[in-house]
Amino acid sequence: MTAGPPVVAPETAEDRVSVASNWRLVWWRFRKHRLALLSAFVLLALYGVVLFPDFVSTQDPEATDARLAFIPVQRLHLFDGARLSPWVPAVAGKRNPTTLRMEWGVDGSRKTPVRFFVTGYSYRLLGIVPAHLHLLGTAAPDGRERLYLLGTDRLGRDQWSRLVHGTRTSMTIGLAAVTFSVVLGVMLGGISGYFGGVADVVIQRLIELLQSLPTIPIWLALSAALPRDWSPQQVFLAITVILSLVGWTTLGREVRGRFLALREEDFVLAAELAGASRRRIIVRHMVPTFLSHIIATSTLAIPAMIISETSLSFLGLGIRPPAISWGVLLQEAQNIQTVALAPWLLVPGLIVILSVLAFNLVGDGLRDAADPYSQ
Amino acid sequence: MSETATPWLLEVRHLRKSFPIRRGFSRRLVGEVRAVDDVSFTIREGETLGLVGESGCGKTTTARCILRAMTPTSGEMLFRAADGRIVDLSLLSRAELRPLRPQIQMIFQDPFGSLNPRMTIFDNVGEPLLVNGLRNRRARLERVAALLELTGLRAEYLHRFPHAFSGGQRQRIGIARALATEPRLVVADEPVSALDVSVQAQVLNLLLELQTRLSLTFLFVAHDLSVVKHISDRVAVMYVGQIVELATTEAIFRHPRHPYTAALMRAVPAPDPHTPSGDAALAGEVANPANPPPGCYFHPRCPFTTEVCRTERPFLRAIGAGHLVRCHRAEELALTGAC
Amino acid sequence: MTPPVLEVKDLRVHFLLDEGVVRAVDGVSFAVHPGQVVGIVGESGCGKTVTMKAILQIVEPPGRVVGGQILFRKDSAPPVDLTRLSPKGAAMRAIRGAEIALIPQEPMAAFSPVHTVGDQIIEALRLHERQWRPTGPRLSRHEAREMTVDLFRSVGISMPDQRVDAYSWQLSGGLRQRAMIAMALSCKPRLLIADEPTTAIDVTTQAQILNLLRDLQRRHGTAIVFITHDLGVIAQMARYVVVMYLGRVMEQGSVADIFHAPKHPYTRALLKSIPSLHVIPRTLLPTIAGSIPHPLGRPHGCPFHPRCPDAIPGVCTERVPALRPVGPQQLASCFLYHRDEAAER
Repeated sequence: MTAGPPVVAPETAEDRVSVASNWRLVWWRFRKHRLALLSAFVLLALYGVVLFPDFVSTQDPEATDARLAFIPVQRLHLFDGARLSPWVPAVAGKRNPTTLRMEWGVDGSRKTPVRFFVTGYSYRLLGIVPAHLHLLGTAAPDGRERLYLLGTDRLGRDQWSRLVHGTRTSMTIGLAAVTFSVVLGVMLGGISGYFGGVADVVIQRLIELLQSLPTIPIWLALSAALPRDWSPQQVFLAITVILSLVGWTTLGREVRGRFLALREEDFVLAAELAGASRRRIIVRHMVPTFLSHIIATSTLAIPAMIISETSLSFLGLGIRPPAISWGVLLQEAQNIQTVALAPWLLVPGLIVILSVLAFNLVGDGLRDAADPYSQ
Repeated sequence: MSETATPWLLEVRHLRKSFPIRRGFSRRLVGEVRAVDDVSFTIREGETLGLVGESGCGKTTTARCILRAMTPTSGEMLFRAADGRIVDLSLLSRAELRPLRPQIQMIFQDPFGSLNPRMTIFDNVGEPLLVNGLRNRRARLERVAALLELTGLRAEYLHRFPHAFSGGQRQRIGIARALATEPRLVVADEPVSALDVSVQAQVLNLLLELQTRLSLTFLFVAHDLSVVKHISDRVAVMYVGQIVELATTEAIFRHPRHPYTAALMRAVPAPDPHTPSGDAALAGEVANPANPPPGCYFHPRCPFTTEVCRTERPFLRAIGAGHLVRCHRAEELALTGAC
Repeated sequence: MTPPVLEVKDLRVHFLLDEGVVRAVDGVSFAVHPGQVVGIVGESGCGKTVTMKAILQIVEPPGRVVGGQILFRKDSAPPVDLTRLSPKGAAMRAIRGAEIALIPQEPMAAFSPVHTVGDQIIEALRLHERQWRPTGPRLSRHEAREMTVDLFRSVGISMPDQRVDAYSWQLSGGLRQRAMIAMALSCKPRLLIADEPTTAIDVTTQAQILNLLRDLQRRHGTAIVFITHDLGVIAQMARYVVVMYLGRVMEQGSVADIFHAPKHPYTRALLKSIPSLHVIPRTLLPTIAGSIPHPLGRPHGCPFHPRCPDAIPGVCTERVPALRPVGPQQLASCFLYHRDEAAER
């Protein structure tokens, strides 16, 4: 057995509450928020896709074939009769005699069976392990049978696989940019709030300056300044930095406010009177007290980042092809003709809405649950 | 007066603390609030000095200056440290204060805000031990358990969080934390005023018992005269930043010499319907410390004001053994106390 | 004896929380006669404030009046049960402020910071005009202002014609409470509820306010329900005292009986445990063991039994005692005085 006095086994509900840490209390309260809980599952699923995009994809997102342009959505059916056997209706193309273009339609009479865990194009799992296993695929991978869950774009690329890869980029950028802003915001806001004086004045004026700048022109200017020959990875990093440089200010203000309020708390004075060092007071007493608030605020900040990235890329100033993001995908749907011809190209927009909504709901739930002592 | 058998532990001399009043965009200095205005007193080892007054009289500011939660504007605060050295607390830097911190501890008013809600009782009470070098967790557990027992709490509560306790229990936890480092001086800032009536007596008794057992020295700050009377050996009454009277509890309650002290006692409603109190209530309101009246600060409300009170500022002077009073007419007035 | 102006009968107010039901007020009965000052005294969680809110019908959700009656009587008319009125309805709004006025603990929160205190009183005067002055021409703004100045003068505010135009934040705590009293009295209410009116102010100012209230009560003969946790204040102010603990009335009786011949163990212990100016310094006070239970962890049987030195095992732990007479004007809910009730099974 371990050393130390025996821990009394919690018997009643009251005892359970008595020894419940802050995080457990937050969880208990968050759990009651049904919509937030559901949204949290949606986000988990989305980040699952972020981790294993190739596994979820059915085709190589880069593979182009002009003959296969604008294939419509093949609806996935899970049951064939009463039997669990997923299938999609087959697609059939015929050349339009006047325009000489291939025109694709769904042929409801033929079924293309869909299999789970099939072998497909090869990729590297998490960028390291070579693999070629995919979640979904057709029985005949040689191209005789086709599976386009969300249709194809004008270059015949599989929209589903591209969406999956776009999700990876956009969701990661949102998270990375917010993480970076949190670091900046907590550091600068903390200095401003805890030490006050000249540092506070300088940082506050800086925040005011940054907040008074019109964001879109700033983004435009900064991203236009990115060298054209940068690799997609470099551009990705640069966009993240640009987004967070503008985005940390709200968080910085929030952290400063928390520090100012906490500085007056009796338990912080008690730690000071105990002889605790400044570092210990900040790390042990102040930061944990508002950490849950910071997490809630950051969660609410992610959707803004995602929207910013999407808008930048949509305008052609953010992530650039051949890299894929939601904004890049939506670029394809820029003209009304394409939208009329291939409405499935707007699906990335729906995903943007879904993820932003999910982040907002989770953030709201977290914010309500963040302070379990407020009752 | 200071030639008593027990040596003094803290001697406060001419303590002043003023807060600037700034206005406008340029934060121009337009005046100052003299929250503590020339306060002097001594606390002897093992005694309880009660510091009493109405809100805004500077009692809490005085306490916070002694704790160096604030830096005084001027004055000396001589403290006899455990090693016999006499240090002026007002001159020490943050780093120089740290080794002295364990010797001067505080009991807070608000039992809800004074404990870190994110930390267990063990971590809260053990914090002063940990930051002062008791790194061994096992030893700390034993010490904290002993401290909880000392303050009348069960040691198995160790791993609970503050939210599981009532106000009175939290106040006991706060007392345990204040005593963790075996302080020589404990500053208690209104320790029972936020508690329920039926719990106040428990905490007062605990403080009295702990003082005898551990020979503690208390500076007890409160607004409630009956509580102060109950716990103090000597009492200092403050009004608008100044001490107006200081004497032994017995003397001050039996024969108050300052009209304000007497009025304060009369104003306390007696818990007895047959003892009417407060009939001759003091008129007017407490003077504004940013703009105090000339002469004696109390003269606009004093029923015994004469010409000299309006113009000349009285000094705190001795009248009888160990009885200090700041009043021109202390000798001539026959005031009644509460005993 | 004249019929009571307010009669609370077996009032129950419960709060339905996720964690369980908090029985904040659980069977409270008392009566207030015209011109009488009834003090309700108790510690935190005793239900005194919730009782006040129930009388005014301002209990916020999740709280709800789940039982009992609050009978309010106007002159010779049959009494109105306030619990049956819609809290936001016209009938209740006419009673609130005009017939039953409140002096809150923190007048800062009761006054709007963007209107002068005078304007707010003028507004109340004109709004409730037909209640306090059933006949006569409509009150002009000018007349209402004159009345407000008079009210200010009567509550001892110096320079009343200037103070009328002040904002609440420009007044000191004592003046603000005086202005609040002026507002409460403006519509000549039948019943005044004072909810800890002096808790937020200093002792010398408290003495002034208590004197003022006593004086006004004597002059106007208004019935007052005085809520406080301070036994000293209650002894000085009330003629009849209701002692509450955990949502129930422990004891009620005349102020002399409660302070000089308390019957309930809680009242007795409470009176002994308070430090007063008349005890010998630095002696241990008799205490009440334990602490007030959490509202959700309410003890079974008599709510006071875990802290009671005289608790009868098997009786007080099991059943809730009813409020029964223990003297000519004194009631207590304790099995010690109702052996017969304790014995019956």
